[in-house]
Amino acid sequence: MKPPPFGYAAPCTLEETLGLLAELGHDAKVLAGGQSLIPLLSMRLTAPHTLVDINRIPGLGGISITPKGSVVVGALVRHAELLADESAHSANPLLRRATSQVAHPAIRNRGTTCGSVAHADPSGEMTAILAITGGSVRVASAGGGQRDVSATDFFLGPLESSLRPDELAVSVRFGAPAARTGSAFLELARRRGDYAMCGAAVTVTLDEDGAVSDVRAAYLSVGPVPEVHDLSAAVTGQPYASADWVAAGALAASLVDPEGDLHASADYRRRLVAVLTERALAQAAADAVARTQEAASCL
Amino acid sequence: MTTKLFGEPIVRREDARLIVGRGRYLDDIGHFALGVAFVRSPHANARIIDIDVSGAVDIDGVHAIYTYEDLDGPMAQPLPVLIPHPDLTAPRTGYALANGSVSHVGEPIVMVVADDRYLAEDAAERIAVEYEFRTPVVGVEAAERAEHAVHEDIPDNVAARLVQEFGNVGAALRDAPHTVSFTQTIERSASMPLEGKGVHARWDAVDESLRVYSSTQTSTSVRAAIAIKLDLSVDRVEVIAPDVGGGFGVKIVHPWPEELLVPWAAIRLGREVKWAEDRREHFISSAHERGQLQRITAGYDDEGRLLALDAHILHDHGAYTPYGIVVPIITSTQLLGPYRLANYRCQVDSMYTNTVIVTPYRGAGRPQGCFAMERTMDRIADELGLDRAKVREINLIRADEFPWDHHLMFQDGRPLIYDSGDYPSMLTKLRELVGWEDFEARRAAAAARGRWLGIGMALYVEGTGVGPYEGGHVQVLPSGKVLVSTGLTSQGQGHETAFAQVVAQELGVPIEDIEVHTGDTRRFAYAVGTFASRAAVMSGNAVALAAQAVRAKALRIAAEVLEVDVADLDIVDGVVGVRGDPGAVLPLASIAVLSNPLRYAFDEASKAATQFARFASDEQPPVADDDEPGLEGRDYYSPVRSTFASGAHAVIVEVDPGTCAVTIEKYAVVHDCGRLINPRIVEGQIHGGVAQGVGGALYEVMAYDDMGQLQNASFMDFLMPYVSEVPQRIDIGHQETPSPLNPLGIKGAGEAGVIPGSAAIAAALEDALGIRITQMPLGPSQLFDLIRAAGDGHADHTFNHARRSQEESA
Amino acid sequence: MSLIEEQFTVSLSVNGTTRPVTVPARRLLSDAIRHDLELTGTHVGCEHGVCGACTVLLDGAPVRSCLMFAVQAEGHAITTVEGLADANGRLHPVQEAFRDCHGLQCGFCTPGFLTTIAAALEEYEPGADVSDEEAREIVGGNLCRCTGYQNIVKAVGRAQEIRTERAGRADGDAATSAGR
Repeated sequence: MKPPPFGYAAPCTLEETLGLLAELGHDAKVLAGGQSLIPLLSMRLTAPHTLVDINRIPGLGGISITPKGSVVVGALVRHAELLADESAHSANPLLRRATSQVAHPAIRNRGTTCGSVAHADPSGEMTAILAITGGSVRVASAGGGQRDVSATDFFLGPLESSLRPDELAVSVRFGAPAARTGSAFLELARRRGDYAMCGAAVTVTLDEDGAVSDVRAAYLSVGPVPEVHDLSAAVTGQPYASADWVAAGALAASLVDPEGDLHASADYRRRLVAVLTERALAQAAADAVARTQEAASCL
Repeated sequence: MTTKLFGEPIVRREDARLIVGRGRYLDDIGHFALGVAFVRSPHANARIIDIDVSGAVDIDGVHAIYTYEDLDGPMAQPLPVLIPHPDLTAPRTGYALANGSVSHVGEPIVMVVADDRYLAEDAAERIAVEYEFRTPVVGVEAAERAEHAVHEDIPDNVAARLVQEFGNVGAALRDAPHTVSFTQTIERSASMPLEGKGVHARWDAVDESLRVYSSTQTSTSVRAAIAIKLDLSVDRVEVIAPDVGGGFGVKIVHPWPEELLVPWAAIRLGREVKWAEDRREHFISSAHERGQLQRITAGYDDEGRLLALDAHILHDHGAYTPYGIVVPIITSTQLLGPYRLANYRCQVDSMYTNTVIVTPYRGAGRPQGCFAMERTMDRIADELGLDRAKVREINLIRADEFPWDHHLMFQDGRPLIYDSGDYPSMLTKLRELVGWEDFEARRAAAAARGRWLGIGMALYVEGTGVGPYEGGHVQVLPSGKVLVSTGLTSQGQGHETAFAQVVAQELGVPIEDIEVHTGDTRRFAYAVGTFASRAAVMSGNAVALAAQAVRAKALRIAAEVLEVDVADLDIVDGVVGVRGDPGAVLPLASIAVLSNPLRYAFDEASKAATQFARFASDEQPPVADDDEPGLEGRDYYSPVRSTFASGAHAVIVEVDPGTCAVTIEKYAVVHDCGRLINPRIVEGQIHGGVAQGVGGALYEVMAYDDMGQLQNASFMDFLMPYVSEVPQRIDIGHQETPSPLNPLGIKGAGEAGVIPGSAAIAAALEDALGIRITQMPLGPSQLFDLIRAAGDGHADHTFNHARRSQEESA
Repeated sequence: MSLIEEQFTVSLSVNGTTRPVTVPARRLLSDAIRHDLELTGTHVGCEHGVCGACTVLLDGAPVRSCLMFAVQAEGHAITTVEGLADANGRLHPVQEAFRDCHGLQCGFCTPGFLTTIAAALEEYEPGADVSDEEAREIVGGNLCRCTGYQNIVKAVGRAQEIRTERAGRADGDAATSAGR
């Protein structure tokens, strides 16, 4: 299990990188953390002509919080860095909840959040998080400057994104939670750290009286792309403490169309969607209450 | 006496090098050796039409490309059937490189030797093989249907039909007050050591000798195989097992194609050649085990006494039978467990399938046998509404009934006679350890939390320490260093420590003076290998006997020198002393000098042994007729038959009704392997075995599709447990019934931990769900299917469950 | 046929020593450490990043050396199992703990555990408690086929105890010498 030969370029500027990508087109593959790419290379399941290693480019690191509370994560930010970042955590606790479930620490020390989004693996935690937060990917190209692509437009299918061969994902932006909104993330894997059989990232928004006003969920390993499902219909108007989360879970299960694989049949996945949704929503509602109280006490 | 060492939990001596990165595993040897890669079959059943190597031959850095056509002499013959058996009526083995056809995905077809492994893989990718595709046979039921054949001349796909029988099962089943019949399956798993196999070979053209390193469980046998296949005199071949990164059975098989091809190529090329197996190769071209389908009928009385057992087992043997039918023999004999039984018949049909070969993996057929018997016990208890422990108890062989003769032949060709044990006491200890009697309260508490709890147990007896023999050599050097060697190999069992403990105790020397060597044919050429929980029994006793010989000789020489009676001497801390005379002492180092009469002195110490310094009788030769120079001894231990260890496991599982996820709440082990050399090492063996048992019960499966493709040939999808999947604690109770068969009274411990895992966990899941469990392993997705099917009336509820539900509704 | 690959000369800084290696871009860091630098303490168990046997520290943080190319390691400080003991050859607490607790059997996966644990313990002050649950989290990404992990978890706690004992002794020594 040794990688096939490939050309290697380690440009030192973004400009140089984009030039290379434009020149090489489909022959190039970007190497950032490499935690998904290198196994594929070693198994000889992919054989790019040239690897463009972006690790030496300054300015692609860094986590920042926008005035509206979105979290912007640069292309070279490792999962571990996002996990540890307090400002990102206070802006959106969902990020830490999900990042802590990405593989194992040694993988998180090298793998990048942006790369895992760009990889567009529907079993990846961060794809679902990008979707549920209404986030976007900032892509750059030599001719086209930079543009933001929404999660909805970014993910086209399993391991397939709208990123063009001449484009580089330079950062991802995770949207800010709305007011009176709590979130939760639950996943179930065969072994801890494995790709999840199913995972649920959910948000619950309460109205000023503590009744449920909006419920959303996105899933891992359930569909070809991380869709966001609106589950509000099942519970809107119900007091958070006695909301019928089971019904919301059942609604979710009726909306998804999972496939089966070695580890989980389609029907079992659908069951997990129901159960994880139900449990995550209860947590998210409690989180919404806590955050609302916190916000009130800050005033 | 020297400080007591036998039986002490001392820290391991091998760890000193392993924790600092100074171990020496196969791929640590020969950084400049040529690298090897193989073209392996992508098809499970195919004829090879053509091999086109033209795309690869001219690549710079490629030294050779070999196919079957290049093999000569014995190398062109099929690989050996290592363990022939009269019931193995249709044996088949592959060739070192495929000869015209392939019978499983992964079979080697072309060998590429290049500057390094990277280049070798580049070249292998450019070799085109044309196949004529044949329908593969996957799974024992397909093999039994025999619509297609794995080997054209074996149309029924039956390699062997083995029958073990005593009493009259037919009559006993007819007369039994109750009978029960059921079918169950257990899936394939594999040894899966963290280090794959590997071979390094160096040919010395001047000396015409070959040195081979192999990550093997048997260096002496690899040596013999290489000598025969490469047409070399065995004295020209030395084989060394370096540090081996785990074996668990897969490395006892030999010669692997690569173990022959690598030295063969090294000779032809006059270069060092090395092959280090990668993980994908290990999945598709090493060995698997476990897969069986069992059809069981049991007859029993009102109290749960087992009166007759009839088992018909389909054993998935994979594509070839190089290791004979050892696994079927073990399943069919060890199935009996700790129970008395008057009427027994077990037929094992060993079926060819187009999958990787099946050879022993830790437990070697015992987990399946245990699964058959223990699930029968559970079934009887359930049908009768009796406590599962009580049904077992009434069937146990009593402590005063040893030796217990089952009147069958065991895997060593010797009678299946249990030498010693105390099974009722073991069961009592287990019930206490796991809290068997208090369980219902625990179950109710869990139910209040919305969780389903279940408890199960499984007992086993394990034949360990099979012959034919092992040897030991102990030598005291004039420096005082004590060299100990034995031929069998080590893969993490702590032999360097355990054998040193034995020798330190027997000889009376500080353990620090002892250096133990294993698995090196240069040091000890006669051996069998490390498998079947035999190393401590076999080599432990052999080195003890060798140490006793050294001790006797040392005392004899000391008695002469000190002019006292042997009976007045003792050896403490490497010094011979006279009881009651603290001044009269003679270190073993000095005796070692004196034991070797010298003409030449090289240092002060050796002067004592020269001709003019040494007292000698004019009438006696310097070396007596019945003596030899040197303070050393060699001896062999060869048992009349195996010794039988035993154990009992109990487990409490918790099932999340929502996700069907299973967690192990408690795992209890009672273990009896006779006298312990080092309890710390034995506990470590149990821990590792239990983890593998849990893996086999809940996680590990070899997922072949209908085309014979292994769909999960990676650590991503073959779910070996991480720490998060094993029990957080394993409660261990020891019991010691020494073996009367060997001087040290020990029984083997290596495999024990893994044997009852699937049986105990299946029982616990069945208890938790109230649904019959007839297949293992089970993941949450399969449990979900079972629970749903039971809800729809398509799966069997247990009788106990029905009773409980009735009570609840009443 | 020549498939000549471009060669890169990389300065690899391993265990405080910097040495140049000349390798093609595809050479895995694990192979460069093992076969070019001949530091064979780092082991390779799967070459797809799952088993953790090849774990080394990259600027102090555990990474899989089979999931990096040697050319990417320039400018980073790598620590392998051979570099865990201190300059005087005194074993790292986790090495001592593995021996004390029988935390290894065949020893093949051990270097990956040792580097992983050594890095994780840096997050704890001497004297702080490392719970079994935290210990399991620390070693959660490494596979071992021999030990069933029981004694590895114990060894994590023991390693922290040794760190605490050593820190206590160092404080004691400092106090003693200050008193003179």
